[in-house]
Amino acid sequence: MKENKIINRWTVLLGAIVVWILVYFNLQPIADWIIDDLVGMKEGAHLTETLRFFIFEVPKVLLLLVLIIYGVGIVRSFFSAEKTRQALAGKSLFTGNVMAALLGIVTPFCSCSAIPLFLGFVEAGIPIGVTFSFLIAAPMVNEVAVIMLLGLFGWKVTLIYVGTGLAVAIFSGWLIGRLKLERYVMDWVFDVKVGELASEETKLSWSKRLESGWESVKEIVGKIWIYVVLGIAVGAAAHGYVPEDFMATLMGKGHWYSVPLAILIGVPLYSNAAGIIPIVSVLIEKGVSLGTALAFMMSVIALSLPEVIILKKVLKMPLILAFVGIVSGGIILVGFIFNWIY
Amino acid sequence: MEIKVLGTGCAKCKKVEEICKEVVAELGVEATIEKVEDIRAIMGYGVMRTPGIVVDGEVVLSGRLPKKEELRTWLSK
Repeated sequence: MKENKIINRWTVLLGAIVVWILVYFNLQPIADWIIDDLVGMKEGAHLTETLRFFIFEVPKVLLLLVLIIYGVGIVRSFFSAEKTRQALAGKSLFTGNVMAALLGIVTPFCSCSAIPLFLGFVEAGIPIGVTFSFLIAAPMVNEVAVIMLLGLFGWKVTLIYVGTGLAVAIFSGWLIGRLKLERYVMDWVFDVKVGELASEETKLSWSKRLESGWESVKEIVGKIWIYVVLGIAVGAAAHGYVPEDFMATLMGKGHWYSVPLAILIGVPLYSNAAGIIPIVSVLIEKGVSLGTALAFMMSVIALSLPEVIILKKVLKMPLILAFVGIVSGGIILVGFIFNWIY
Repeated sequence: MEIKVLGTGCAKCKKVEEICKEVVAELGVEATIEKVEDIRAIMGYGVMRTPGIVVDGEVVLSGRLPKKEELRTWLSK
């Protein structure tokens, strides 16, 4: 009886994947059929192209979100903050930074846990520079950002974003470590005693893992789908109505100030990847250069005012300024390099 | 029974407190529910990811929202 249930679960999963593939790879013909044949709109008109973009991109991105978040949810069930802490304890500066940034991607983590995590890491003797690499990479290279990039920009830009995002996290943390800024951590932080760590179950059965994948789909997609739809709606409107090269004069690659300007706009702007990436994808189409767009996305996603306010509980002002300054500096560098290459 | 909800005040933590109250009322057990917001106290329980739930001094959950049936088993011991 129990065995039947497990076989059923796998059959359902397999069936779902087949349906997913069939729908995903036929979205363009379906969208074209709805616009051209079913509704019979005039090809090339502003409204037609806006709607075509919207009808194609929304299901595409939502399908990607469901599939990848499901997969990531399963992968994450193998990791925990406690294991990561153990892995990072006693690592030297540079190796520690690289590991911390990589673990930042896969360790389940929500920004409201930033403080307890910070305290737990410090107590384990993990250098603050390594801790920062984790705290920078975790929001910057999150699964939602990766999916949105994959859906709207393709795999090349996604790889560039992930690679440079990791590099910024690694080197910012490394630099914070080298500058020996420990004295700007609130004094009470070093007195915190962490009780014996609660070992959240990471030895799970496969059906539990599949279930936790589904749980994260419900939680994350349930929360962000509205931003995806709104972001793509704004993007679709711009796609249809804003003239080509409209942004090129202001944010094109010929202007060195476009990168710092993008970051100045991006840091105070607090949005999630789901809402901002569709808009950025259209900015590029209208003449904003890739480096500038990357820098803008990174600063919106990785640096945010609410996060800084949370960190203020455990860090003194000079360290907060150093953190924001170094990460912004890294992002500016990324922007310049890509504007120069492309 | 003594239930403590560990959390620094994020939306999830408030939700956990609500669920606890519901389940306690449903089961009709004698229990006190206390919200622990002091970060040092939370760390003292060894919880690095909020929200957390402590039942009679034992950490039963950290880092996610509990399901109602899970809470029922923890609270009916």
